[in-house]
Amino acid sequence: MRPAQKPGEPKASDILRCEEVVVDFDGFKALQGMNLTLRQGELRFLIGPNGAGKTTLLDVICGKVKPASGRVLFRGAVDLTRKREHTIAELGIGRKFQAPSIFPSLTVREHLEIAMRQNRGVFATLTAKMTAEDDDRIAAQLKMIGLEAKAGFKAGSLSHGEKQWLEIGMMLMQEPEVLLLDEPAAGMTDRETEKTGILLREIARKQSVIVVEHDMEFVRNFASTVTVMHEGRLLAEGSMEDVQRDERVMEVYLGRRRDADADRSTA
Amino acid sequence: MPVPYWTPRRVWLLAGYAAAVCALLCAPLYLNDFRLNLLAKFLALAIAALGLDLIWGYTGILSLGHGVFFGLGAYAMAMHLKLAASGGKLPDFMSWSGLSKLPWFWKPFESPAFAILAGVLLPVMLALLLGWFTFRNRIKGVYFTILTQALVIITTTLFVGQQAYTGGTNGITGYSTLFGFKIADPQTKVWLYLATAVVLFAAFALCRYLTGSRFGRVLRAIRDGENRARFIGYDPALYQMAAFCISAGLAGLAGMLFVLHVGIISPSMMGIVPSIEMVLWVAIGGRGTLIGAVLGAILMNGAKSVLSESYPELWTLLIGLLFVAVVVFMPRGLAGIADLPAALRRRRVRSDENDGVGSVNGARNAAGAETGGTEGVRHSPV
Repeated sequence: MRPAQKPGEPKASDILRCEEVVVDFDGFKALQGMNLTLRQGELRFLIGPNGAGKTTLLDVICGKVKPASGRVLFRGAVDLTRKREHTIAELGIGRKFQAPSIFPSLTVREHLEIAMRQNRGVFATLTAKMTAEDDDRIAAQLKMIGLEAKAGFKAGSLSHGEKQWLEIGMMLMQEPEVLLLDEPAAGMTDRETEKTGILLREIARKQSVIVVEHDMEFVRNFASTVTVMHEGRLLAEGSMEDVQRDERVMEVYLGRRRDADADRSTA
Repeated sequence: MPVPYWTPRRVWLLAGYAAAVCALLCAPLYLNDFRLNLLAKFLALAIAALGLDLIWGYTGILSLGHGVFFGLGAYAMAMHLKLAASGGKLPDFMSWSGLSKLPWFWKPFESPAFAILAGVLLPVMLALLLGWFTFRNRIKGVYFTILTQALVIITTTLFVGQQAYTGGTNGITGYSTLFGFKIADPQTKVWLYLATAVVLFAAFALCRYLTGSRFGRVLRAIRDGENRARFIGYDPALYQMAAFCISAGLAGLAGMLFVLHVGIISPSMMGIVPSIEMVLWVAIGGRGTLIGAVLGAILMNGAKSVLSESYPELWTLLIGLLFVAVVVFMPRGLAGIADLPAALRRRRVRSDENDGVGSVNGARNAAGAETGGTEGVRHSPV
């Protein structure tokens, strides 16, 4: 397993590189020199205790938060920290927030229609027509996220899980190269979580994905690299087994749970 | 199962529109000159309401400054009419104020084409300027609304203060001809009425196209979740500016027609009270529905003129009460009444479902069946 603090040599296969990213919220340093490298086609889980800076890191990548220093390189060339949110989205970075954020008064189909990869200028949308190809793509996406029967429903009437899937569907319609998912399975029933896992595998086959996740069971189901964050820094990186064996990780994160278990068993 | 194009709802809707268009076009046959002139005025105001609905109802941005855009259009037309009436001489109010020469910016308004163009483009440019500095800097909600109020105060103060150039508090009045036709002539008035009705139909068709296009869906998306739209890749500021400009242009158009029917424009007609009144028409008619905005403008102004003929002091009280009643009992305005039976039916279905089905799974199936029946979902070929 890699000692985690140094960013390492840049490679052509790196699609995203966060270098020494520092975020300062009025004196509180949410990120203190975070490094992360994502390879093309990789599925990466980001874990860490509350306040470790996981969501903030996603916010920096998608442009919601501007870092005090550091760079986020996309495809080795574009520094995302200098771009506006909609430009970053257009470059090919999709973001799904933790709380499902959909447009309540638009139907499910309309969500996919506007999310679809297209020219997003005012004049383009004024004259946009649905082609047969567009219809097929939307139909295929509806099928994938399992919302075919609700295509004409206003999104405000969907259940929590359905909203999450709709958001994932919207992201996929954008055809991003990098997807940032913040706790996609939060607040879901077991069955819904399972379905989300299947969706995630489907996505990871083609795209590079970063997933913030709290549910260790969920993470264990995927054989992929796990990045552990702590206090705004990279703490450890490797497979789930490697990470779980790491002393520091046990101490700050997994260990805490173990202590709690121990307390409970002695009590 | 494909959805039939001629659903009963669509047939009724089209029939309703056709009836409304016929009724409006035939109005000169059954209304006397006085009533026809009033109706013409209301139709002009309805165009402004359409524009306001576009920015407020569909884009979620409340402008309390549309009186200014309306006023700019009205003044552009009034300037032309005044010059035409003065017949090459200096307009009367200018000589009273001690001017001896026509100001340079009045000159081009001798051309009716320029005046008409300016009546739309001036409001659009002002909206673009305000939108540029606000939407791009993500100033929105209450702060934007307050800025539009400030715009009203600045503009009216400017117009009142520059009496020599604007006619001051009295405004601009005393017109005679448009394109060489006498405005006061009943025949001309009928044509002006018909022109206004046609412009209203065109504005309605334009707004329908806009709101039904993908552009309209992006506007609603921005209204529902500006940030989310941003992370899909849309620049909300561009869309907000576009909607605001179109809205201002429609208000300008309304102002131009209004002047032709009323024969005067003064700063008090573009001030705070008229700006807020426009919002009330849209709120009472039904924000977010185009027909609601039109009906709201026509009915409210109709009620205003009927009531203020007999009980002038009651009108303000009544409009206040009506507004409260609509906000509390009919949040979707008058246009919401049409959907009331459907809403009640849906509520009944939902309560049946809750009574009958226990399991979550069952409820979901029932919901699916319900859509299949009423909404006619197209099933994917895949």
